[in-house]
Amino acid sequence: MNAPALQVVDVVKRYGSGPTEVRALTGVSLTVGPGELVAVMGPSGCGKSTLLHLAGGLEPPSAGHVLVHGVDLDGLSPAEMARLRRNHVGYVFQRLNLVPSLTALENVMLPLELDGMRRKEARAEAEAALAGAGLAGPWDRYPDDFSGGQQQRIAIARATVGERSLVLADEPTGSLDTVNAELVVELLTELCVRRGTAVVLVTHEPRFASFADRVVFLRDGRVVDQTRATDRAVDDTAVAVRR
Amino acid sequence: MTIRPGLLALLASGPSHGYQLKTGFEAATGGMWKLNVGQVYTTLDRLGRDGCVVVDVHDDQKRYAITAAGREELESWWQALPGDDSPPRDELVMKVLLAIAAAPQAALDVVTGQRTALTEVLQRRRRALRAEARGGADLVARLAADAAVVRAEGDLRWLDLCEARLLELHRTTEPNSHPVTNQEAHR
Repeated sequence: MNAPALQVVDVVKRYGSGPTEVRALTGVSLTVGPGELVAVMGPSGCGKSTLLHLAGGLEPPSAGHVLVHGVDLDGLSPAEMARLRRNHVGYVFQRLNLVPSLTALENVMLPLELDGMRRKEARAEAEAALAGAGLAGPWDRYPDDFSGGQQQRIAIARATVGERSLVLADEPTGSLDTVNAELVVELLTELCVRRGTAVVLVTHEPRFASFADRVVFLRDGRVVDQTRATDRAVDDTAVAVRR
Repeated sequence: MTIRPGLLALLASGPSHGYQLKTGFEAATGGMWKLNVGQVYTTLDRLGRDGCVVVDVHDDQKRYAITAAGREELESWWQALPGDDSPPRDELVMKVLLAIAAAPQAALDVVTGQRTALTEVLQRRRRALRAEARGGADLVARLAADAAVVRAEGDLRWLDLCEARLLELHRTTEPNSHPVTNQEAHR
């Protein structure tokens, strides 16, 4: 059986030490299967974004383990970590982080070229990702030439281009109106169904969380509840973690 | 609301038989409100008694047509604001307020449980809506489903506010402790 796309196992994240220590996460576990969309909700400061940073290897946990496709991030060298992130993990943020001086196509090609892919192949992959994200061409325009919803589609194409099969989305709808925001979440849902991409969606909007197969609620850095998983979802308690 | 203004609204576009009004009402409200045909005829009788509709026989069936008085009543209904003279007394609000009165700490459990259950309802509605959209759902069905989603969102937002205010209260009264809820204690 394939390993889950993401396993977060009993992680703790502390910032500072002694009297100034802040616990952002305490004993959080989360498993996301291939093709599963999991939404993470909770009040401001509950640890949603920290959880996403740990899941993507942007920060190490203070305790516990994070596994991406069965690989424990704890044992990776910086070069291995960078390679795993480039090959398997895509990020979508509220702030799009598109490079303004590159065209839409070049923005999506960028992670592939950084990984050493030849330009012609990278171009073909990027065009497929942009088409898959439902963005009509021409793609040789700059990010500012597109609407907010279209820019988010470029960001999603960049996050999913190539073989990336885990997308971490932090409030990707934050800057969009309701109709465009719904289209973006609809697109993420389609990616799960069509390509088997696993998506973790941090949101404070119940409307968008309702697209998820499972919704996990955080409060004060702990998981306080979650909705029942659908058939496609993986039950956290059933996953044995090999250490 | 009662079905009375709904029947007048349908009759405003032309005369109709009782059963046509039943099916027309259900279609116009996106299947949200199923009518008993007896209820339709009782309401039509009352509208006739009040001079809002007249009856003739067409193809051996009673056919109803709106009158000027009926159009006047309908126009008043379009203009009237939804009733807001009584405070909201739905079960969710009462449940949370009574839980807070009983034990503020345990009220967080009630908020959490209600929110999870309501989110599951929202997820089910979303799946149904997506399935209908794939089948080419019409505008009325989509808007009816949207209305259900938006109302559930309203309840969820209120529960979020309940949680935030309860946590604020907890931090004010016990600044150095984590509010362990009954659910967490049982994990």
